[in-house]
Amino acid sequence: MTTTTPTRPDTTARRPGTRRPGTRRPVIPGRVLPVVATFALFVLLFGVGSVRYEGFASGQVFANLFIDNAFLIVLAVGMTFVILTGGIDLSVGAVVALSTMIAAATLRAGLPAPLVILLVLAAGTGLGVVMGLVIHHFELQPFIVTLAGMFLARGLCFVIGVESISIKDPFFRTLATGTIELPGGVVITWSVVIALVIVAVAAWVLHRTRFGRTIYAIGGSESSAALMGLPVGRVKVTAYAVSGLCAAIAGLLFSVYMLSGYGLHAVGMELDAIASVVIGGTLLSGGVGYVLGSLLGVLVLGVIQTLISFQGTLSSWWTKIAIGTLLLLFIVMQRLFTRRTP
Amino acid sequence: MSTVPATTTAAGVLERVKGSRLLWPVVALVALVVANAARNPGFVSIRLQDGHLYGSLIDILKNGAPTLLIALGMTLVIATRGIDLSVGAVAAIAGAVACTTIAGAADPTSPAAVAKGIVVALALCLVLGLWNGFLVALLGIQPIIATLVLMTAGRGIAMLVTDGQIITVRNDAFREIGAGFAILPISILIALAALGAVALVTRRSALGLLIESVGINPEASRLAGLRSRTIIWTVYVFAALCAGVAGLMISSNVSAADANNAGLWIEMDAILAVVIGGTSLAGGKYSLSGTLVGALIIQTLTTTVYSMGIAPEVTLVFKSLVVIAVCLLQAPKVRERFRRRRRTTTTAGVIASAAAATPADADAAPAPDQHGQPVGPDARPATARPADGSGAPKQKVAQP
Repeated sequence: MTTTTPTRPDTTARRPGTRRPGTRRPVIPGRVLPVVATFALFVLLFGVGSVRYEGFASGQVFANLFIDNAFLIVLAVGMTFVILTGGIDLSVGAVVALSTMIAAATLRAGLPAPLVILLVLAAGTGLGVVMGLVIHHFELQPFIVTLAGMFLARGLCFVIGVESISIKDPFFRTLATGTIELPGGVVITWSVVIALVIVAVAAWVLHRTRFGRTIYAIGGSESSAALMGLPVGRVKVTAYAVSGLCAAIAGLLFSVYMLSGYGLHAVGMELDAIASVVIGGTLLSGGVGYVLGSLLGVLVLGVIQTLISFQGTLSSWWTKIAIGTLLLLFIVMQRLFTRRTP
Repeated sequence: MSTVPATTTAAGVLERVKGSRLLWPVVALVALVVANAARNPGFVSIRLQDGHLYGSLIDILKNGAPTLLIALGMTLVIATRGIDLSVGAVAAIAGAVACTTIAGAADPTSPAAVAKGIVVALALCLVLGLWNGFLVALLGIQPIIATLVLMTAGRGIAMLVTDGQIITVRNDAFREIGAGFAILPISILIALAALGAVALVTRRSALGLLIESVGINPEASRLAGLRSRTIIWTVYVFAALCAGVAGLMISSNVSAADANNAGLWIEMDAILAVVIGGTSLAGGKYSLSGTLVGALIIQTLTTTVYSMGIAPEVTLVFKSLVVIAVCLLQAPKVRERFRRRRRTTTTAGVIASAAAATPADADAAPAPDQHGQPVGPDARPATARPADGSGAPKQKVAQP
């Protein structure tokens, strides 16, 4: 048992490594290659922007990538957990909307902010747990269950209210307007700090805990993981719970960002989250990927958005097309890599 | 075995109805209509005026036509164990292309402009379907992900076509597609004609069987001499064409193309309709009549919620509960549990229930294999097999 456990990461590591026929001994370990590729893409895009547009290559533009995408970073982190197990969670965008709606409605009703935050986190995690239980115990496909979860969360938003509700709570307001000045005059918000802390915690959990290693094992092969005696069911359900929790946190960050709750917030955000994770080098079949890659994936999407807004003449729907194209590119690349190794 | 001659009697008919997969969907549909009629007796009244039929039921047919058409394409896709998430975006593109072509024609009110618009829109849908099929059948990408690409990019393309505007057209010929009447709404006639054609082609020839066999095991079907790839490819093209026609109906009904909202979430409705109709998401079997009933249920549910004065968006809650309930009923595990309970409770009718259960067994038996297999090259059934194999004989030895 103990001898087989360390061999798992090795086999996954060798798989992407063999994809380059010319280089026998790559300088970069094969398993981090996709992340490095994403990083290179990010640097390239940022470089193109810096050359083409005046004022692009500033610390603040870089910081804005984090400020405007803090919620997406958190969302992508949660999605990484689920995709690593070989599943998918389509409900996250709707859970973000539900979280903003719950927060706005309960704050309007006069509940104190800490209680509201707890309530939102509990709702998101609870929905994640329920979906995980259904997926695991009834062996239903994750996408149909989370699709139903998406419907449910969106519907519940409108049960709470059809109109947009603004948030006037002083705590949320200060969180929204409060800034931290970094050396060099770059300003970031508290949301960025929260998002980065979550990335760090997630990376630690995935690489330094038994739970994290079990997630990779399940993604590699669920039946092997079960035969090794790993608690497959518990870990899978927990992965969906983590995704739900992250979606709830992202919802709180989003409600701070928008200062309102609305059922039509974050439509299609689940696609952005999935795209970031895939662009970040995580295999959709599970078992291979890093949280850091997902963070870079979000930054790539962010820099595309910034490029398009700097260009000015291009309309915003080019963002959608660009994201779709990138997603396709990375999926096809993944497919070619995984096909090489039988 | 004494039940065999009884199949011709009334009891036998009842037995057959009980065993039908369509029973519960039809019961649900009838219950919905009855509930509506009880609340509002005007719901079931249909009157003929100026050669048109009017009434709530006719409205359901008319508004349900795009969903039915998309669900029809989706049924075949799901039967091959695939899924097409891009249909909503394809519908939006079709509407956008048709409207911009018509609006840009020399005479936007002429039938010729309409014909041109329709041809251009459907040709583009054909290309989009070929694209989806290429990703799934040739590159072997998981269908959810492959169609996700077009779902994401598709609305952007539609926005690009319409330049972000809502394009309105004033053309009577175009309006006929979605809003016209030939006693019945023309849209539902188109959808039903497509349904009939598909039923005829797939059920009166071996094609339906081939589609199902590809859904059960594409590799085995290929080895048996089927062109699995061609079949899968064709199915995605057909789904995109259906979505295109549905998109024309949607935009024609309002005489405008709205790239953002046309066909929004219709893929979910279509999947739901297919699943309610008894087509298994695990692929390998499909029911066209089930899809028809499923689409009608969805539309009736939507209309019911509207007429009850609840915010229409709340329909989503009902739909989600219905999806989960239907999926749970379909899940092999739940079925197994039900069957086991039935077996333990009825001791007298063991043989009868066992005989009744055999077809169900045949339905459910391949399902675990299907669940295990599509995980891909990493699934390694080989690792699981020796373990099972070594476990089973040991038990056998231990038992005597």
